Amino acid sequence: MKVLVGVKRVIDANVKARVKSDGTGVETANVKMAMNPFCEIATEQAVRMKEAGSVTEIIAASCGPAANVETLRTALAMGADRGVHVQTDAELQPLAIAKLLKSVAEKEQVQLVILGKQAIDNDFNQTGQMLAALLGWSQATFASAIEVAGEWLKVTREVDGGLEHVEVKLPAVVTADLRLNEPRYASLPNIMKAKKKPIDTLTPDALGVDVTPRLKTLKVSEPPARKAGIKVESVAQLVDKLKNEAQVI
Amino acid sequence: MSSPMQSLASPFYGPEHEDFRATVRRFVEREIAPHADEWDEAGSFPRALYEKAGAAGLLAIGFPEEYGGIADDPFLRLILCEELAWGGNGGVQASLFSHTIGAPPIAAAGHPDVKQRWLPDILAGRAISALAITEPGGGSDVAGLSTQIRREGNEYVLNGRKIFITSAMRADVFTVAARCGQDGGLSLIVVDAKSPGITRTALKKTGWWSSDTAELVFEDVRVPAINLLGEEGRGFRLIMNNFNGERVTLAATALGAAQVCYHDALAWARLRQTFGKRLADHQVIRHKLADMKMRLEATRGWLEMVAWRLRQCSGKPNAELIAEICLIKNFSTQTMQFCADCAVQIMGGMGFMRGSRIERIYREVKVMMIGGGAEEIMKDLAARQLDF
Repeated sequence: MKVLVGVKRVIDANVKARVKSDGTGVETANVKMAMNPFCEIATEQAVRMKEAGSVTEIIAASCGPAANVETLRTALAMGADRGVHVQTDAELQPLAIAKLLKSVAEKEQVQLVILGKQAIDNDFNQTGQMLAALLGWSQATFASAIEVAGEWLKVTREVDGGLEHVEVKLPAVVTADLRLNEPRYASLPNIMKAKKKPIDTLTPDALGVDVTPRLKTLKVSEPPARKAGIKVESVAQLVDKLKNEAQVI
Repeated sequence: MSSPMQSLASPFYGPEHEDFRATVRRFVEREIAPHADEWDEAGSFPRALYEKAGAAGLLAIGFPEEYGGIADDPFLRLILCEELAWGGNGGVQASLFSHTIGAPPIAAAGHPDVKQRWLPDILAGRAISALAITEPGGGSDVAGLSTQIRREGNEYVLNGRKIFITSAMRADVFTVAARCGQDGGLSLIVVDAKSPGITRTALKKTGWWSSDTAELVFEDVRVPAINLLGEEGRGFRLIMNNFNGERVTLAATALGAAQVCYHDALAWARLRQTFGKRLADHQVIRHKLADMKMRLEATRGWLEMVAWRLRQCSGKPNAELIAEICLIKNFSTQTMQFCADCAVQIMGGMGFMRGSRIERIYREVKVMMIGGGAEEIMKDLAARQLDF
């Protein structure tokens, strides 16, 4: 089975994101970027499935500007076999990315797509679902365990009440949740080998996809700064404030 | 545990460096940092860590690919040393990487059979390599070494005493400096630690507790003649070349430790309230932190320049660059000394308590300023290289 994993380039999780002074978005110039952590989990899952023998080839795909090649190299260092870079400087929203990934999935004739459940920059949590709908494939989101059973996948999903077990027929789109696995650290030899693995470059035009944004961002602002707390004199005063000021009880 | 991100652009690091940095950081976060206190108190760390480091390729930098190595890149070494410092346990770092001083002479001048016997195992973390130069009668004064080898047929017979040898309690193979006859030139010879006639005695130290430092006694140890590295009596240059690599590594390690001091002191200064405001709002503390940052960036700038020059000359430094290596080793360990002192001072009582990595780094300052060539020796060597 061939697998496609999506890898998104986002601001590194350890960097404090700053809003641009004109409020149009988040500053990304001169900021350290890295692979979206949920995409790392998706890549790790594909590599484990290949090591277990249920996957024959892993194709990593990333949509965005030229620097996304670096993120693809990271996926190749973790164990993906080759990369597909859909290169564009345009703003990409979930629907556009889903359409691009659909083209890549069809072109590469994969049977399974594994994506992160969401990206830590925009937190859309939409691409996997839209992709499954566009392809007309099964979908299983928020996976915390995946098991291959012939033509089916047994997927454990993390839901509010506990764990939900579903079976989906292949081909399918699965999105990875936090506890699916702990991504490996790429070994130095594999980082070096990744430099030689092939990466195909495509464009939205060549795939026949219109990536024009459908959503409009009105304004981006910093969350309000946390205010200092106060000390109360008595339990009675605490209860009074919780009830009447904070209105939480 | 987290390390601050380099948010400023650098001309020296490419994407593969960033990938490697992420790998080392994860390795440290998962395999070292959670155990740093426990291992230091226990005076040891699990041998399995060598194989884990080998699997991640951390032991491979600068060794021939045919034996499992990775082509040399001084910046990979810098990243490795710097990131390992976040683990907050210099002793682990010293022993886990003792092969970076023990094994390069084997790779550079070993008989093919000797290389094949040891290098693949060392780079995979299956065998521990240690370098044995210093003696009770002379360390940095290499000319004063008195350990003897005597040729007997197809063997050498080794006699002598070595001290302060990192990894010596657990090492599987020693690279030993010895001379043939009282006035003979120095040689390096590879000694299987299982050979009869070797006694090891563990040493207690101010810092680096988890590192297995020891005294070694060789009594009529018989070593196959092919284990001699290069020509008999011509080992001095081999030893000196090895020191260059070690000193860059020590400088990078000291810089890493200094960065941890700055990071932890700053975090504490932002948190701790005294006299109604944060420590970081007191001018005396702000100025200390600014002084730390100033020295850190000066050290980093110079060290990266030295690394770049080393890469330009394919690791074969001329006299002027050797002088720079000696001086950056001093400069960087002084930065570590300054930052460790400031950090303990800023952290106050907390900085004096066991269990904080700052307390541990403070105890590791002197070994960095003495090991691999003491400060005074470094200045003198630099002066000679620069033909004062």
